[in-house]
Amino acid sequence: MKTRQVGDKESLFHFWGRYLQKVATGLVSLLSGMGVTIRYFVSPDKIITQQYPENRENLQMMARFRGHLAMIHDENNQHRCTGCGICEKACPNGTISVLTAKDLAGRKVLGRYIYRLSQCTLCNLCIESCPFGAISMGRDFELATYDRQQLTFILNKTQGGK
Amino acid sequence: MELQPVDNLPEGFTRGLNSDETSEEYFLNMGPQHPSTHGVLRLVLKLDGENVLEVVPHLGYVHRGIEKLAESQTYLQNIHLTDRLDYLSSHFNNLGYCLAMEQALDIGVPERGEYIRVMVCELQRIQSHLLWWGVTGMDLGAISTFLYGFKEREMITDIFEEICGARLTMNFFRPGGSFADVPDTFIPRVKKVIERMHVALDEYNTLLTDNIIFRERTRAIGILSREKALSYGCSGGVLRASGVSYDVRRNDPYSIYDRFDFGIPVGSVGGCFDRYRMKMEEMPQSLRILEQAVKDFPEGPYRSKEQSAYRLPQGSYYSQVETARGLLGTYIVAEGGAKPYRVKFRSPSFSNLSTLCEMAVGHKIADLVTILATLDFVVPDIDR
Repeated sequence: MKTRQVGDKESLFHFWGRYLQKVATGLVSLLSGMGVTIRYFVSPDKIITQQYPENRENLQMMARFRGHLAMIHDENNQHRCTGCGICEKACPNGTISVLTAKDLAGRKVLGRYIYRLSQCTLCNLCIESCPFGAISMGRDFELATYDRQQLTFILNKTQGGK
Repeated sequence: MELQPVDNLPEGFTRGLNSDETSEEYFLNMGPQHPSTHGVLRLVLKLDGENVLEVVPHLGYVHRGIEKLAESQTYLQNIHLTDRLDYLSSHFNNLGYCLAMEQALDIGVPERGEYIRVMVCELQRIQSHLLWWGVTGMDLGAISTFLYGFKEREMITDIFEEICGARLTMNFFRPGGSFADVPDTFIPRVKKVIERMHVALDEYNTLLTDNIIFRERTRAIGILSREKALSYGCSGGVLRASGVSYDVRRNDPYSIYDRFDFGIPVGSVGGCFDRYRMKMEEMPQSLRILEQAVKDFPEGPYRSKEQSAYRLPQGSYYSQVETARGLLGTYIVAEGGAKPYRVKFRSPSFSNLSTLCEMAVGHKIADLVTILATLDFVVPDIDR
């Protein structure tokens, strides 16, 4: 390896002067940085750390938070899905399967709305595409399970629709 | 000097080790699980003791074939794929794709939609720089910076969560605007961020920029000359640190960036500290844009006519945006159907990483970590 080019040898006095100055400015810079840390240490009102899972009870997600997909049901357990399958086409990952059935009058209604969370990227495209406003994103975020089978849901509680 | 047979070398190397008795040359594998490579980047180093003689990056550990995948999905579905290129700039990636689509379909964006785009993008730039700042400090041994960076970053992430429901993979922009309007709390929240960031930036400078250990470790390390930076196709902070004043927002304005008054910081030497300084000085400039945008944030529609499906006319379309890391180009070749024929992304991280060997040769391994940190790449953006 090449050795570095060195200029004229400086006097011992200059060397020590430079050395001590560097130590002093270095110490000041370290202490002023430490000052920021100490300022936060002595003012507990500036702490923003949240104690999860202790605060689980009053943890509120934002209104538009994109958790897993859910179907909106009214108080009579009725939903607005007609089984048209637009959301199924809009989904990029094949997450949704809309299986239709026939009601007593022979009309096409929703049979089962199958949702596979394991394939979902929570992209919101199904909700944007739904012309009836039948589905929405839930607020749950603790979605991990030990078994892949538990990640497939049937979203509609009742067959048929309005 | 005897050289090892060539077929025995690690991939990417042409010259063997010096097999003298006194030689200390050897190959070392760094990554893909090394914490300072920020993801799954594998570097094969040729070392002489602790000095770096050659670096060969090995890519492909997070290659997901996004460009190929885009060919089998519709244009609207492709937007959510672009989130996953550079996960710290997902708004920019969405914007790049939407701009190309708008160019093809001749869709305009309403005034409010443009303001939302600019503000959200500048917030994202600050957010990405804050994460980078924290991680750079952590790579150089200052763990507290990581926590300080995340403190302010959380405020911006909360804004994103409120406007689009996601914190990382946003999928927010659509051709002609965004999928939803911003809530009423958006502007007060942005004002709070601006106010807080001015105080926080001073704190950051006291904590890390003026720290003597950090200064000594970044000064005159990894110097990239202006010519080299240009010939490797660098962009963003890496290019500007080498003394080239190029920013897509200024040189090829998209959206409504030509209306705002902001500066482009330019470095002189092109070393690690210059690259660090670029990012730190970009944040006040982003805050300046935000301040101006907050002042004249208009009422009105946020999106032009919504369509459920888009069919691009035959042809090829290109758009470029300045992400937090540099120039992102989106090139779409359309055949006229609902799906693109080919999509190509020109990602900034890939070109910036290719300068690594140029910069690292002659330095120590610890300096290589400094260079990696200030290059600020995101590995999924390199591999795609």
